[in-house]
Amino acid sequence: MMELLQTLQLLGQDLLGAAWMPVWTVIKIMLIVLPIMGTVAYLTLMERKVLGFMQIRPGPNRVGYWGLLQPVADGIKLLTKEFIIPNGSNKFLFVAAPVLALTPALAAWAVIPFDDGMTLANVNAGMLYLIAMTSLGVYGIIIAGWASNSKYAFLGALRSAAQIVSYELAMGFALVCVLLAAQSMNFGDIVRGQSHGNGMLGWYWIPLFPMFIVYFLAGVAETNRAPFDLAEDESAIVAGFHTEYSGMGFAIFFLAEYANMILIAALTSVMFLGGWLPPFDIAPLNQIPGLIWMIGKMSVMLFIFLWFRATFPRYRYDQLMRLGWKVFIPLTLIWVVVVAAWMQTPYWLW
Amino acid sequence: MSFETILFYLFAAVTVFAALRVITARNPLHAVLFLVLAFVSSAGIWLLLEAEFLAITLVLVYVGAVMVLFLFVVMMLDINLEQLRKGFWQWLPVGALLAALIVVQMVWVLGDNSNTNGLTAIKHAADYSNTKELGRLIYTDYVYPFELAAVLLLVAMVAAIALTFRRRRDVKAQDISKQVSVRREDRVRLVTTPAVMKQQSDERRVTDRRNAD
Amino acid sequence: MNTLIKFFKPFLLLELLKGMSVTGKYFFARHITVEYPEEKTPQSFRFRGLHAQRRYPNGEERCIGCKLCEAVCPALAIKIEVAERADGSRRTTQYDIDLTKCIFCGFCEESCPVDAIVETRVFEYHGEKRGDLYYTKEMLLAVGDKHEAQIAQDRASDAKYR
Repeated sequence: MMELLQTLQLLGQDLLGAAWMPVWTVIKIMLIVLPIMGTVAYLTLMERKVLGFMQIRPGPNRVGYWGLLQPVADGIKLLTKEFIIPNGSNKFLFVAAPVLALTPALAAWAVIPFDDGMTLANVNAGMLYLIAMTSLGVYGIIIAGWASNSKYAFLGALRSAAQIVSYELAMGFALVCVLLAAQSMNFGDIVRGQSHGNGMLGWYWIPLFPMFIVYFLAGVAETNRAPFDLAEDESAIVAGFHTEYSGMGFAIFFLAEYANMILIAALTSVMFLGGWLPPFDIAPLNQIPGLIWMIGKMSVMLFIFLWFRATFPRYRYDQLMRLGWKVFIPLTLIWVVVVAAWMQTPYWLW
Repeated sequence: MSFETILFYLFAAVTVFAALRVITARNPLHAVLFLVLAFVSSAGIWLLLEAEFLAITLVLVYVGAVMVLFLFVVMMLDINLEQLRKGFWQWLPVGALLAALIVVQMVWVLGDNSNTNGLTAIKHAADYSNTKELGRLIYTDYVYPFELAAVLLLVAMVAAIALTFRRRRDVKAQDISKQVSVRREDRVRLVTTPAVMKQQSDERRVTDRRNAD
Repeated sequence: MNTLIKFFKPFLLLELLKGMSVTGKYFFARHITVEYPEEKTPQSFRFRGLHAQRRYPNGEERCIGCKLCEAVCPALAIKIEVAERADGSRRTTQYDIDLTKCIFCGFCEESCPVDAIVETRVFEYHGEKRGDLYYTKEMLLAVGDKHEAQIAQDRASDAKYR
């Protein structure tokens, strides 16, 4: 994979010279964004299949073999539906909101390493950039809720805003622990920091186990997924912030939600599960390309996302706030201190 | 003109435009969103100055958290613009005076080039970590001012909470920590009622008789 | 100590893991879904589907126009007009069932003294317009003619329980 990319780059450089640089960047962006879009499409199928299997039913199986063309059919349906702009809505913001939701979800992928050195932008402050990007995603939701001029959408937006701001803190502190352990904000260095131990024992999920759990759960809350999907609580507020959206607008919110899910899965695997590293550093396993391991770890995390959805009922709003402020934040703060102290002792093996 | 200069003027123009719209926009929500735009484009300018830590923190803290709460409040408020506009002409001289004062000060400070004379920004290599440098400076040379600022913020936070925190006695609310910490033993007590005891003794009598038979 | 255990036990998320183990177990369970057009659930011989009017083996229609079914129908879905035929027998000139009203309770079938109106096992029928589900006497007789063998067999299997 890496060799292929390198040959492609050399070829392009010969062909275009100085103009190759922006073209190459665009190609790399496409190489990241297009697979994500495809994954999003098939993640919806996987979600329906997993939910179906856990409810002892087969899930979608009519469109194509084993339902494999279902996402295509859904996409065509959403594309051809009318995009309704409600009366009394703020038209510009109503149209801009889905874009604002999707852009940060995709922009955050710039710093994710898929393999050793395989990243779009090898930024030193990658983790900070990432927190900043994920914190921007809430704008799409708030603006969608307000611009729709609908009470349900507005309530959904308010819930979502409060929820995301609360869980971002817990997520941030969990990241501080990783930062302490890796002593770098560069995701490549974070993964390399986990390569010292023996396979999966060297990954940060062992010393930072509570943070691993907190980070993933906060990630579930951050992406508005069940059991924290209060922002689109269909039994109480119809569909939450995207009540008024139809057709393509709805599809883009959908894309953003699933792109965020994949992002959280990627981050969890990079920071706690050793990114592209094989679980055991032995012969047949470390021959497999890192990209495969990365994708495998992401798939496991995504499966857990869906497993949560199939298992847990929705939180009540005050319970949600309590969990964020009274459980996660104190826990993460304590663990920051614990890790900092632990690292000063000789018992820090990572 | 280099690419960076073009970018600088672009960001600067967007910042100035957005800042102007913040104070001229009729809809308060639009004003808040323009403020967000101003923050983002000034973060862009900081990035051009290689201050990536500050730029990202600006986006993270102000755009990601503070402005969200602003939006939150502005959306829920019912602002009466008429009332806000009242007294505009009355207070104009004072405002104009203040504005003039600020302009004079800024010209005074920024127009004096003596302290930056001969200094040009140093270009650093790609692996130079602004964040690390900043952290090192804050926790060594500037540790006392930094801790002082932290204490000040803590005091402000405690004060804000103390001012708004009150326990209302007339409102019934659930205490979730109590709810989730309830165990079965706290709520369910199995008692043997007289009827049950009678039934049990009846059954025993029946079985006894059967055994006797 | 007890309080400490009480405080720290929830952090192990045992209840959540228990819940996830249940769903995880069912993930590998065999699906109980009947994939309808290819697979069908077995039907009882008492299945109450589309109505039919039956005939005697000699081709004479059974219905004598007693209107018991019309009287018993709780949904008022049956409409009957009766007249004397040329040979002097009492026959219906009109026997309509509005299937959009019908609730498939089977009372008409129960009340019929000559087993003329019956409900068949047919449930895969549709109408593209409202009027398509308004079955007239000819249509009901046609249904009966088509499924007579099955109808007779079902009556025979049910006979010993009556």
